Amino acid sequence: MNTIATRMPRAALVRCYALESRNEFLRLLRTPSFAVPTLLFPPLFYTLFALLLGSRSGNFHAQIYLLATYGVFGVMGPGLFGFGVTVALDRERGLLTLKRAQPMPPGAYLAAKLVMAMLFATLIFTILALLASAFGGVRLPAGAWLQLLVVDVLGVLPFCAIGLFVGSLVGGQGAPALINLIYLPMAFLSGLWMPLAMLPGFIATIAPLWPAWHLGRLALGVVGEAPGEAVLPHVLVLAGCTLVFLALARRRLARG
Amino acid sequence: MPRQPQPAAAELRGVHKRYGTLAALDGLDLHVAPGELLAVLGPNGAGKSTAIATCLGLVEPDRGSARLFDESPLRLAVRRRVGVMLQSALLPDTLTVAELLAQTRSYYPQPLGTDECVRLAGLEDLRDRRYGRLSGGQQRRVQFALAVCGRPQLLFLDEPTVGLDLDARTALWATIRTLVADGCAVVLTTHYLEEAEALADRVAVLAHGRVVAAGSVAQIRARVAQRRIRCLSTLDVATVAAWPEVRSACRDGERLEIVTDTAEIVVRQLLFEDSALSELEVQRAGLAEAFTEITREAA
Repeated sequence: MNTIATRMPRAALVRCYALESRNEFLRLLRTPSFAVPTLLFPPLFYTLFALLLGSRSGNFHAQIYLLATYGVFGVMGPGLFGFGVTVALDRERGLLTLKRAQPMPPGAYLAAKLVMAMLFATLIFTILALLASAFGGVRLPAGAWLQLLVVDVLGVLPFCAIGLFVGSLVGGQGAPALINLIYLPMAFLSGLWMPLAMLPGFIATIAPLWPAWHLGRLALGVVGEAPGEAVLPHVLVLAGCTLVFLALARRRLARG
Repeated sequence: MPRQPQPAAAELRGVHKRYGTLAALDGLDLHVAPGELLAVLGPNGAGKSTAIATCLGLVEPDRGSARLFDESPLRLAVRRRVGVMLQSALLPDTLTVAELLAQTRSYYPQPLGTDECVRLAGLEDLRDRRYGRLSGGQQRRVQFALAVCGRPQLLFLDEPTVGLDLDARTALWATIRTLVADGCAVVLTTHYLEEAEALADRVAVLAHGRVVAAGSVAQIRARVAQRRIRCLSTLDVATVAAWPEVRSACRDGERLEIVTDTAEIVVRQLLFEDSALSELEVQRAGLAEAFTEITREAA
């Protein structure tokens, strides 16, 4: 009798993952301190530096270049903050403990956050793409738009892993500060705000240390701003970074 | 062939758990039969929450074992028969009651309908309210709704009525009684002794990570022989307090209040000394006195 009562059909499990993801997305969409900077800053910066100021400089295709790099800058946010801050809060406020006591399918917790980050990445990509094509005169083949979307959406993975690790280390109060210390300098040092060629040489030399730089190179390759760039090394670095931080976070969370 | 005994709904056997030098659980045994309400009492730091966490598989015991329906609490299938209300779980502020319920209901194979959950917890008017905009008592009721939404056969309630007003508490007690009458076993920790007195089939008193007393409410109460005598009398308090059978005596306005183990002898003496004595009352100690006594002995 009990074995029947406790078995879940596949459709019910899918529903469970879907509801978990929906709630995680709504939870953050309704949190202004997360949703406003995440959804507003990339298009705001793009409008300012690519559309208003970029047209005057003329030495590089600001509208195309910054479409790629602000896309990367944009999708780092939901990964780093969406995982880092919520995991830290959930740990601190006992929600993670409750979820572990409830019969939530293992994996639903992280899967829901991943879906949330990818939805935000899709939104950010869409807003930037509309701005770039409507006001920046950016014309790309359909295949390139699609590839850029894939780079942005899958590009959240390493930042989700880093965010998860940060969330497993610090509390809900400390997490936003620590993540900003990672987020903003890394974006700058990876050439996401302005091309590395405009910055001192040593910044370009150390750039391969940052996962954001590798993701940026992939995005620039798609829009034709990094001709002859080999894709595989960047993909491998990003995948490796994801796995390393995931493993570190697992160890931390298992302890506690 | 003898009938197979039903497995315990929850069972801890000889559980030891240390945090550094502190022994949180020190050989704890706990047994909850199906359909039974066990109240776990004890002062702060007695190990109540650690005991519940161990039952649920949240804490791994250093020694001993935890079982739910004779299975490991780590198994998802067995936790689908269990509902949980923890003491300090803050749910996301920006989600509505209905959204939170939908999510938790989806964890269970045959959940109650949303209307039913909302009614059981008295949340009819609050379905679309965000969790962060609810009062403390309302939030507690949402947590209760999440605990019962999966039609559990075993329910863990860690301090369920903290922050509830009297009406809400009485309503929650009635719901808990209905659940128990329908065969749900309940493990309840509480600071409110009247809650244990009102609900519990059995009481286990914890101190220093061990059970120091267990039994029915009446049995626990009987462990304390003390009775309280109250009456209107002009007798001098100091004189009465000096009688050998009297443990303590004090005056509360007109009223004399005496605590003793042998009420019959003291009453006879009182009536002998003061023929004008009136409004005589003799009360057996409540669970509160028993509890204080037992945990003091264990200290």
